Amino acid sequence: MTIMKPLRQVGIVSYGAYIPRYRLPAQEINRIWHGNAGLLPVKAKAVPGPDEDTITMSIEAARNALRRAQVDPSELRAVWIGSESHPYAVKPSSTIVAEAIGATPQTLAGDWEFACKAGTEALQAAIALVGSGMAHYALAIGMDTAQGRPGDALEYTAAAGGAAYIVGPGEESLALLEGSFSFVTNTPDFWRRPYQHYPQHGGRFTGQPAYFRHSREAAQHLMEELGYKPEDFAYVVFHQPNVRFPTRVAKELGFRPEQVQPGLLSPEIGNAYAGSSLVGLSAVLDIAQPGQRILQVSFGSGAGSDAFCWLITERINERQNLAPKTRDYIARRREIDYGLYVRYRGKLLMH
Amino acid sequence: MDISAYWRTRKQRLSLTGEICPHCGAKLFPPRDICPHCGKPARTPYHFSGRGTVYSFSIVYNPPEGFEPFVPYVVALVKLEEGSLITAQLTDVEPECVYIGMPVEMVTRKMREEDEDGLVIYNYKFRPVLQPTSL
Repeated sequence: MTIMKPLRQVGIVSYGAYIPRYRLPAQEINRIWHGNAGLLPVKAKAVPGPDEDTITMSIEAARNALRRAQVDPSELRAVWIGSESHPYAVKPSSTIVAEAIGATPQTLAGDWEFACKAGTEALQAAIALVGSGMAHYALAIGMDTAQGRPGDALEYTAAAGGAAYIVGPGEESLALLEGSFSFVTNTPDFWRRPYQHYPQHGGRFTGQPAYFRHSREAAQHLMEELGYKPEDFAYVVFHQPNVRFPTRVAKELGFRPEQVQPGLLSPEIGNAYAGSSLVGLSAVLDIAQPGQRILQVSFGSGAGSDAFCWLITERINERQNLAPKTRDYIARRREIDYGLYVRYRGKLLMH
Repeated sequence: MDISAYWRTRKQRLSLTGEICPHCGAKLFPPRDICPHCGKPARTPYHFSGRGTVYSFSIVYNPPEGFEPFVPYVVALVKLEEGSLITAQLTDVEPECVYIGMPVEMVTRKMREEDEDGLVIYNYKFRPVLQPTSL
């Protein structure tokens, strides 16, 4: 089993986060559906405003990434968006985003789909595109406006947010890719059929055979192949469907809480699905210092995990303050009640 | 909205792209090809910064068709830092918090949806300038 790494050194040239302004406290869902007797998997989740979707959120994250990179958007050779909430069933989100940021017309554009792993799948492809020499820069975005069925356990966490990454040559990067590894099996833990508004899931089955196995295998193989141990990393970021899963898998692998906490955003924003590990990584990049190493592990139902090992370079400090930070978006919050949430998310059917 | 009209105006709607007059230097939004200041041709694209202030505003409670999801919302005259005065919806702000002189920045948002099977129309809007908490 070997890790993946392009022949040419590549890395993250820039990044940009986006989290919408509205928060639905978990206690509010508990009040409506469980008589205040339920267990709360997060404190609150981020909810998009009535004029937001995966496209508008991707545009802002991409603009933040371009601001940090100080790169002409026409130099991007790919605009790829991973999401499970593309606004159109047929018509790419990526062409609208590419046009809005000024990357058209000489670019690839496409939408990626792999449940919550769609964003890192786009990132892997961007690494390959730059690594092969086909592109100097490629933009990969993971963004979602996830929907949970009212009353379902997922409603507590299905949230909105994500981040954009400009991948480029190693000499321009603020974080070098030391290697990546992907682990995929056919595991039906969560799905949504065509024309269905809400996903179905396998309850407890989403845990051990799905999230934990894939996250653990991807992380372990990558660390073994690179010869690293948990203590070699300053930070670790897992996919965050709740607070318990990433905390537990990190502990099982031997990571300490202080390596996990800076990138663990789910307590405050919930599960950003395809944007989850990417926005966790952006929060860590906001505070990372040269020489530090970051392990990032995504997970997508169906199921699979991408693990990345990033080494922070001297360029990080000159770019961190060039765009709003992830924590700026987390701090910008307005709590809403369940009624306004129902209106904003279009959950009310008129008869 | 006609598909062709939306397509023709996509750059100004999505990214606030106007024009700059090569003769007198005026920055024009929306783009109109003839400079209203000097009357000469002005077709050079200019990408506005998106920063400005609220010049005046009104709160909409009775919206035109397609804007019902946002009620109540604010329509403002925004004075861009380059000088142009444009009309736009404000977002991410409660109407009672808006004031004349409020610093705002451009964001691209959904303006409306043309029924369940129609186009989603994206457009520039403005919101209060995002406050950094960690600089």
